[in-house]
Amino acid sequence: MNPGKSVWDLLAYGDQGWSDELLAGLWLTLQISVCTYIVGFGFGLLGAGMKLSGNRILFRIGDAYTTIMRALPELLLLLLLYYSGTTTLKDILVALDLASEEFQINTFAAAVMALGFILGAYMTEVLRGAIQSVPKGQIEAARAYGMHFGLRFRRVLFPQMMRYATPGMGNLWLNTTKDSSLIVVLGSVPELLSASRGAAAATKHYAFFYGVCGLLFLLITVTSMIIQARIEKRLGRGYRRV
Amino acid sequence: MADLLDGLNFLVTVVMPRLLPTIQITLALTFISGVIGLLLSLPVAVARTSHNPALWVPAYCYILLMRGTPLLVQMFFIYYGIGSLLPGTWVRHSWLWPYLRDGFWYAIFALSLNEAGYSGEILRGAIQAVPHGETEAGRAFGMTNWLIFWRITLPRAIRICLPTMTGEIILLLKSTSLASTITVFEIMGEDAYIRSESFRTYSPLLGAAIIYIVLVFLFTRVLYWVERHLNKDRLAPVSVVLPTATH
Repeated sequence: MNPGKSVWDLLAYGDQGWSDELLAGLWLTLQISVCTYIVGFGFGLLGAGMKLSGNRILFRIGDAYTTIMRALPELLLLLLLYYSGTTTLKDILVALDLASEEFQINTFAAAVMALGFILGAYMTEVLRGAIQSVPKGQIEAARAYGMHFGLRFRRVLFPQMMRYATPGMGNLWLNTTKDSSLIVVLGSVPELLSASRGAAAATKHYAFFYGVCGLLFLLITVTSMIIQARIEKRLGRGYRRV
Repeated sequence: MADLLDGLNFLVTVVMPRLLPTIQITLALTFISGVIGLLLSLPVAVARTSHNPALWVPAYCYILLMRGTPLLVQMFFIYYGIGSLLPGTWVRHSWLWPYLRDGFWYAIFALSLNEAGYSGEILRGAIQAVPHGETEAGRAFGMTNWLIFWRITLPRAIRICLPTMTGEIILLLKSTSLASTITVFEIMGEDAYIRSESFRTYSPLLGAAIIYIVLVFLFTRVLYWVERHLNKDRLAPVSVVLPTATH
């Protein structure tokens, strides 16, 4: 580095600095988080449905899912799901003659599926609690009107459970953005922490780049918290403040 | 089938004998940073509940910083960031240096600070949940503010937050696995080493998973016992719950 140059020049946009790499990483982290969240919500609904189905076998499966997933470190689960998921899927596709041996699973999709599956276990518990908070009479009334399951879910259960689920789901969103940084151990997706690590290794300004990385994550958190407060206020309209 | 047996054989003969001794590193990380973190969380929580902006604003920012950024980033910042700045300072020639070459103490440092943020926030909630009448009763007895805090507020708050705090300790146990990314050979660190050495993925990961499941099970048992012991008088059944969130 030239003498007299400040560390802030490292953040120049373009070939000279690292802003473009970091912002691309930030954007990718947001994309990963949103996709993981959607996948996790799907697994969560499925898990909550299984745990509340009343069927013993389904309950056992759902219970094993949430217990094992929440007992193991996310780092271990990510590695396990990422490697097993990519190999299994590839084996299936090759066996079905849909792909050749050189076929590579998209690393972004594989990481998102793995993180989403982990998130799903936590989401299951949040959604299960929310579903149980909806007064039984509401569902019974809907059934009395002759609504079938899909309609009951869409018109009665879902809108009411979401109000109970938002605080827990908000926390899980913050966890999702932070857990996305674990992808750095896979070394193949240039999300925010990976981009920062690249910049730090190339310039030897470790403290500076990891500091900037932390501040960008903090920016995501604070922005999310503000948006979450708005959503909760909006969903709580029509209800008396206690 | 042959693959499966081979993997199982590798798990029993190679992975487990090598992973079992590393449990003590994981436990050491958990206990040391747990104790330091809990001790630090007390001043954080007290400052956070204060009405003096000079106290609660820094505490609020600290908690936000610890909870608002990934633990992995905090570890990288402390290990690579601060760790790379230290050799140029007086620390290089001081008695501290042998410790500061080792990733273990950086991991302890990062985990303790992080834990102080999370449990500080839990303790804050508990302090604010102590019924007002109880502290008023203390005041009626002529107790000073300090005495009220030590004899009424804190013991009550600790009991209130016990279920959440036990979940937090399980979370800490799981978080120690991140130390493997800063060259600490705890369970996951040794596991990564076995994987890179043997070019096998599943056996080592499965071995680590089994160990973590057993550890979490034992932890919940012990913590459940502690909780029942301390909250004896409570009517509602209490239990250690698995974490509902991650770090």
